[in-house]
Amino acid sequence: MDNLFQRSLEDLIKGFRLQLLGESSFISRALEEIRREVKATDLSTKSTALHKLSYLAAIHGVDMSWAAFHALEVVSSSRFHHKRIGYQAITQSFHDQTSVLLLITNQLRKDLNSVNEYEVSLALECLSRIGTRDLARDLSPEVFTLLGSSKSFVRKKATGVVLRVFDKYPDAVKVCFKRLVENLETSDPQILSAVVGVFCELASKDPTSCLPLAPEFFKILVDSRNNWVLIKLLKIFSKLASVEPRLGRKVAEPICEHMKRTVAKSLVFECVRTVVSSLSDHEAAVELAVAKIREFLVEDDPNLKYLGLHALSIAAPKHLWAVLENKEAVVKALSDEDPNVKLEALHLLMAMVTEDNVSEISRILMNYALKSDPLFCNEIIISVLSVCSRNAYEIIVDFDWYVSLLGEMARIPHCQRGEEIEHQLIDIGMRVRDARPQLVRVSWALLIDPALLGNMFLHPILSAASWVSGEYVEFSKNPYELVEALVQPRTDLLPPYIRAIYIHSVFKVLVFCLGSYFSAQESSSGSSSTVYESILNLVNVIEIGVWPLSGAYDVEVQERAKNVLGFIGMAKQDIAKNVNLQDNDAEACRVTAFMEDMFSEELGPISANAQEKVCVPDGLELEENLGDLEEICGKFLKPVESDSVSCTDKISFSVSKLRIRDQQEASSSSTSLPAKASSSLLAEHRKRHGMYYLTSEKNDPDSNGTPKDYPPANDLASEILLDPLDPKRKAKHRKSRPVVVKLDEGGESRITTSQAKTKQESVTDDESLSRAIQSALLVNKKGKEREKCEGNSNLVVQEEETSRIEKPQNSEKKKKKKKKKNGERTSGKHRSRRRSEVASSSEQVEIPDLLL
Amino acid sequence: MKVTTRGSFPISYESLRVKQKVRGGVHHQGPNEIGVLGVSGIVKMIKAVMMMNTQGKPRLAKFYDFLVRCLPVEKQQELIRGVFSVLSSRPENVSNFLEIDSLFGPDSRLVYKHYATLYFVLVFDGSENELAMLDLIQVLVETLDKCFSNVCELDIVFNYSKMHTVLDEIVFGGQVLETRSDEIMKAVEEISKLEAASNSISLVPKSVSGWRGGR
Repeated sequence: MDNLFQRSLEDLIKGFRLQLLGESSFISRALEEIRREVKATDLSTKSTALHKLSYLAAIHGVDMSWAAFHALEVVSSSRFHHKRIGYQAITQSFHDQTSVLLLITNQLRKDLNSVNEYEVSLALECLSRIGTRDLARDLSPEVFTLLGSSKSFVRKKATGVVLRVFDKYPDAVKVCFKRLVENLETSDPQILSAVVGVFCELASKDPTSCLPLAPEFFKILVDSRNNWVLIKLLKIFSKLASVEPRLGRKVAEPICEHMKRTVAKSLVFECVRTVVSSLSDHEAAVELAVAKIREFLVEDDPNLKYLGLHALSIAAPKHLWAVLENKEAVVKALSDEDPNVKLEALHLLMAMVTEDNVSEISRILMNYALKSDPLFCNEIIISVLSVCSRNAYEIIVDFDWYVSLLGEMARIPHCQRGEEIEHQLIDIGMRVRDARPQLVRVSWALLIDPALLGNMFLHPILSAASWVSGEYVEFSKNPYELVEALVQPRTDLLPPYIRAIYIHSVFKVLVFCLGSYFSAQESSSGSSSTVYESILNLVNVIEIGVWPLSGAYDVEVQERAKNVLGFIGMAKQDIAKNVNLQDNDAEACRVTAFMEDMFSEELGPISANAQEKVCVPDGLELEENLGDLEEICGKFLKPVESDSVSCTDKISFSVSKLRIRDQQEASSSSTSLPAKASSSLLAEHRKRHGMYYLTSEKNDPDSNGTPKDYPPANDLASEILLDPLDPKRKAKHRKSRPVVVKLDEGGESRITTSQAKTKQESVTDDESLSRAIQSALLVNKKGKEREKCEGNSNLVVQEEETSRIEKPQNSEKKKKKKKKKNGERTSGKHRSRRRSEVASSSEQVEIPDLLL
Repeated sequence: MKVTTRGSFPISYESLRVKQKVRGGVHHQGPNEIGVLGVSGIVKMIKAVMMMNTQGKPRLAKFYDFLVRCLPVEKQQELIRGVFSVLSSRPENVSNFLEIDSLFGPDSRLVYKHYATLYFVLVFDGSENELAMLDLIQVLVETLDKCFSNVCELDIVFNYSKMHTVLDEIVFGGQVLETRSDEIMKAVEEISKLEAASNSISLVPKSVSGWRGGR
């Protein structure tokens, strides 16, 4: 009687909508009920319970893996209704690890052999979803039989399941491939499109193996008027053309025909995509495609507009003219309300950028960035940054402009790309000497902008700005104001590590000012009271601003503040004493001169491969595990000189350390940036390991009175790529491009090779399947050829077609070959077949050129 | 069978207005021209079919992508929620395509269509044509409209089983097998007949045996 009172799925759904308990408790009650019902011996009760369970699993995310065995029971029922519920549950919940999966093979075989086409269809659907290697192997004979079924309903579904079977069990190709190829010649449009779909997938996995079927595909491409079939064929040809470029010439014509003829936008779009991605050498076709793209762009339908832009961006790398022609439409699309359209337009615009128009395009984009939503705004910023910095700022000629642009970006309200801008500000500072004055001006403007301090996304920019101002302080117009900006009270909004950089910049400014003060005194040997007062003012401002920080929680900030204060304490007396610099004993002068020397040493960019260039010295064990060492000599390890540790960090010097070093005459630090005044020991070290340094001590004879030599690069001449000033470029631009230091580009090529390697590896995964297909094709071709030789009815047509296309010299050669072999006159098609035969004997697939 | 909506979640009776929205095969040549597409997927071409209402309640979800299918059900529900949150943030009258690599892996595209209170969603990969997929949604909705005559969300809620029948005729293991709605209808009707027949046969003996067993 269970059956009578059991809730059906419909009752469950209704109950769901009327329940007042809350969803989860209703579900758990329903589940309880199902668990009870599903154990019933009566199959109707069981199947209804299972049906309810699969509903709950699909819609409400209830686990149903526990019911796997019950699904098997239900599926074995002879009633169609139960079978359907069972199969549905199985497709929904079974996966490779399901333990009862093994038990399903016989049931599937039984249903695949059923006379009822709908039962067969259920079993096929199930196989296509859960098919494992074992299932595919055991059931491939049944699938083979069904591929030749007289019912088209069954045949199309059998075709649909083939891919899963091939995928799981490549050997099935031997059995089923022939039937599959035969189905290519079917008159039934449904089956044809199913088969073409299968080949589309096979071709996308391994184009080479499907190449021998190109003539068959071509015939369908010319004859078919079914858009679904044509779309798939176009996809096939676009894959095939990538491995056999000559194919492109042949198919370009029919593709253009379809493009002109059809009104179906989907087909037009597919044609366009095929042409721009795979047939980009065929000018006429490309021109037609671009014309079609233009039609898409002016459509009101946002879908077509989006796809038009998408097609343009595929075309962009090879046919930039197509993009340039549609520039207006692209720019207009930037203000579209559709995010997809906007994004595509942005990518296109970036593809158009050259050194001539970079400023114009950036201007347009900055205007859009100002008024668009945060997401798109940052998308714009990041694309501009990455395009402009590509290949060491290849397209930038006017760095003053670019630096100002970076400053502008920082002021866009939604800007969140602080880190990238920070990196570029510093990078340009190090690489492009001519840009430094402007860089300092822009940094100054950024530092005094109150808006930036409040936005945590922009803090990295401030860190770069403060570093730049300190490092290149000699270009600063007003050091006093700079210091004021650096010690302004609102800097307490910054995180400690950036404040530390601020303080260090203050230190650099101070050293610079004191240095010039002392040297001015030296030359004039007398001091005007105004200069004295201003320097005193500066020192006071710094002292007042930095003093509170000497008690900061962050040790880095505290230490740096104390360094500055200590330095001031020492210098102040000497300033007050109005010391004459001739008197070299004055401590402040000496230290200041030393510091100045040190800070004026150029910092250069570091090659990505710098570490690799250091060869491991003999006897140095890098792999050795030194864990035990600690125990043995833990005591002795402690008093190691802390001096040599942190010197590599370009901005983490501290006065105390420097003092020590001063006294020790910079004894042994291995990687610090040495002062010029350092000892001969250091010079010797430099001589030996100079190639690992980026800064050069050699004086450049060409330097025209500038304080420092440039470029600060290492001794390996090949390392430096001084951008040659192209005469053409010079003529074009009034302002010649400044020197940009570029380091080796070897790194890039290395990356690409590794990518290629991984690609290759992934290809090998599919090898078994493609090999199977190739061998199947060979067998197939052989069989077919025999057939055709016997009754060659339509051969003449094909003969004409193929021989027309064949290159004359090719055919000449081959004719000779053929004559030698069997002296009979054969068609192009025959030739290729024979070649396949030859190939098969040598266990290697050759690509026939029957279409070419 | 139009039940009053006293349920805990609001639902619209509003017809999905398929008829008005049919654009006569804007992208294809017209209903007659839409052929059958058989596709197959080692790389599953259609990765998922989903229907959800504008409140984010899933009404139907079918995953063809093997990786997604093997995910635990909670993860699948998460995917559905993820898709919904993307869809609900999109303004009206914008393109129907989305790239959602973040949810379904590389080379995943999504096409959706919004009818009255329902979103129809297809997730697919590079082996499919975007506009053809848009048409496929149209085919699906047209067929449902024929099935339920002026389909509305309630029909889809209460006819879970039939929905699957329709969908299974169109998409087979991630491959589009049938795109002509009359053909689909024919198969669906056949299957319904078969089910009804197998049930009616079962009813008589079972109720008798149940009678005997019970008393």
